[in-house]
Amino acid sequence: MSAIALEVRDVIKTFETDTGSINAVDQVSFSVSHGEFVALVGPSGSGKTTMLSILAALLTPTSGQVLIDGQDLARMGEAQRVALRREKIGFTFQSNNLIPFLSALENVEFMLRLNQRFDKSGKLRAAELLSRLGLGERLNNLPNQMSGGQQQRVAIARALIHSPTLVLADEPTASLDTERAFQVVQTFAALIHENQRAGIMVTHDLRMVQYTDRVLQMRDGKLVKIYSDKQEILALAKGE
Amino acid sequence: MYSLSLATYLALKEVWRNRGRFFLVSLVIALITLLVLFIAALGEGLGTNNREYISKVDGQLVVFLEKADYIISASRLNQTTLRAVRRVQGVEAAGPLSAANTAILLPEQKVLKVSLLGVEAGRPGAPQLQAGRTFLSATAREAIVDQRVLDRSDIQLGDTITIRSTQGTDDQFYDLKVVGTTSGQAFFFQPSIFVAPSVWEQVRPKSEAELNNTTPAINIIIVRASDPAQAAQVQENLLASVNNIEVADIPTTINNIPGYSAQQGTVQTQGFFTLLIGVLVIGGFFQIQILQKVPQIGVLKAIGASNPVVGASAIIQISVVTAIGVAIGGLLTYLFSLGFPPTVPLAFDGKSSAFAIAALLAIGPLGGLVSVFYAVRIEPLKALRLS
Repeated sequence: MSAIALEVRDVIKTFETDTGSINAVDQVSFSVSHGEFVALVGPSGSGKTTMLSILAALLTPTSGQVLIDGQDLARMGEAQRVALRREKIGFTFQSNNLIPFLSALENVEFMLRLNQRFDKSGKLRAAELLSRLGLGERLNNLPNQMSGGQQQRVAIARALIHSPTLVLADEPTASLDTERAFQVVQTFAALIHENQRAGIMVTHDLRMVQYTDRVLQMRDGKLVKIYSDKQEILALAKGE
Repeated sequence: MYSLSLATYLALKEVWRNRGRFFLVSLVIALITLLVLFIAALGEGLGTNNREYISKVDGQLVVFLEKADYIISASRLNQTTLRAVRRVQGVEAAGPLSAANTAILLPEQKVLKVSLLGVEAGRPGAPQLQAGRTFLSATAREAIVDQRVLDRSDIQLGDTITIRSTQGTDDQFYDLKVVGTTSGQAFFFQPSIFVAPSVWEQVRPKSEAELNNTTPAINIIIVRASDPAQAAQVQENLLASVNNIEVADIPTTINNIPGYSAQQGTVQTQGFFTLLIGVLVIGGFFQIQILQKVPQIGVLKAIGASNPVVGASAIIQISVVTAIGVAIGGLLTYLFSLGFPPTVPLAFDGKSSAFAIAALLAIGPLGGLVSVFYAVRIEPLKALRLS
């Protein structure tokens, strides 16, 4: 492991409801290094999606700090947060991942266009990355001409193509069959490690954590346990 | 600048990849364009047919009988008034205009209804010649005819035409030789034929009481001022010097043509409501489209597309679809106009058509404004159902 890519310090996110205040994220602290792939797990309502939204600069924490490459999200204006999402974060979502009127290649290239880094070599890299993900013959297919698994792989390529510091994945296997789900997460993990990105995957499917380096378990907004030992992680993945 | 090129890329890609759907929207806009351009052309055509002769006369002022309320057919003047008008300071020339309706007999028992106008050659009110010559004398049975008469019949320069005129209780027929042609001289929706005043008095339709009248009746007198810039002063001079008259400038005379203002108002209201319906239809379509695209816009924003990119993309898309629709509509209008008979008063005036096209190009972005505002306010968290 190398330098810290993401640091979360005492983050609290409070929501006001009719029945009072609820801490969806409560005093959470952790860090992720470059080249590290971390799973964020927990039951429904544990706060993992809220945590992911904060890390993605889509939600502002009530208190605490989130630093990406040393830059504090709390000190940023909206325009800076948009720029940060564009330059330093790669994102895959549960569904509706791709822009429907762009082909697989164009979806990946779009991140380069957004970052004003689209050129011939970028186009070549996008095609190579998709080929590496087994989509070499699907470059010109539109999302509705691809299966759910293929779409997720395009989304992974899009999340990585612009060399972001942090790659976030929200339930990337939710709409996939078991075999495809394992393939997608395995490929995702390999690319995170190979490209030295910091990766965080939110999942409710504990079987998928076997490909991660660390598992952060949340419950009621709190970070209740961290699994760092590979044997422990494998045991968790097997449901032991 | 880069945001604009990115927005253009997104907008055009989406239009191209969904060209069937967007083409249908363009067709709707094309139909609205067709309607608006036809209404504009109809308005212009109706207006032209009403005012064409008056708007082209070689004068700045029109003299009416007092209390005629600037209505040509209600005004009756005489030679004494004409002579008095010609003596007023600042009047360079004055010409009488006598107007009546008649019909030219055509082969196969058909008739062509025309306005019969009595004018003095070389005086204000006489038409500008397109071909041929003017009347040789004040009594010569000669006529100058509007090009529309030639377009709607087989009559040619040099031919003799027969007009039918009801005088008293009998139909009388008079031959007139076509010695000259003019163009664009419609008067009260009918093409005009011009004759000398005394000929006009002989051949015009008359009531029983008017049968023995030989002095040409005059409806109005058209006045050309020595200095057109001083027309207002000449108007004052006329009112001060000549009894029992009222004087109007050309625009006032046109606006007082019976039904003219109401007709133009009706056509303009139709055009306005057609544009309004266009705004609502286009606005509704793009709003529905934006609602369908909420998750897609959410993804765009989540991965770092800024609001200017999202907003500009929507505006460019609406503008492109509108421009295509207006182009198709313009082409359709042109093709349809080729098939319309000359009796339908359509006039594709450059200025009014350009104004209509500019308004049509504006209705797309205007109609889509609400959807653009909606698009830039979409929150990625809610759009992606992460909240």
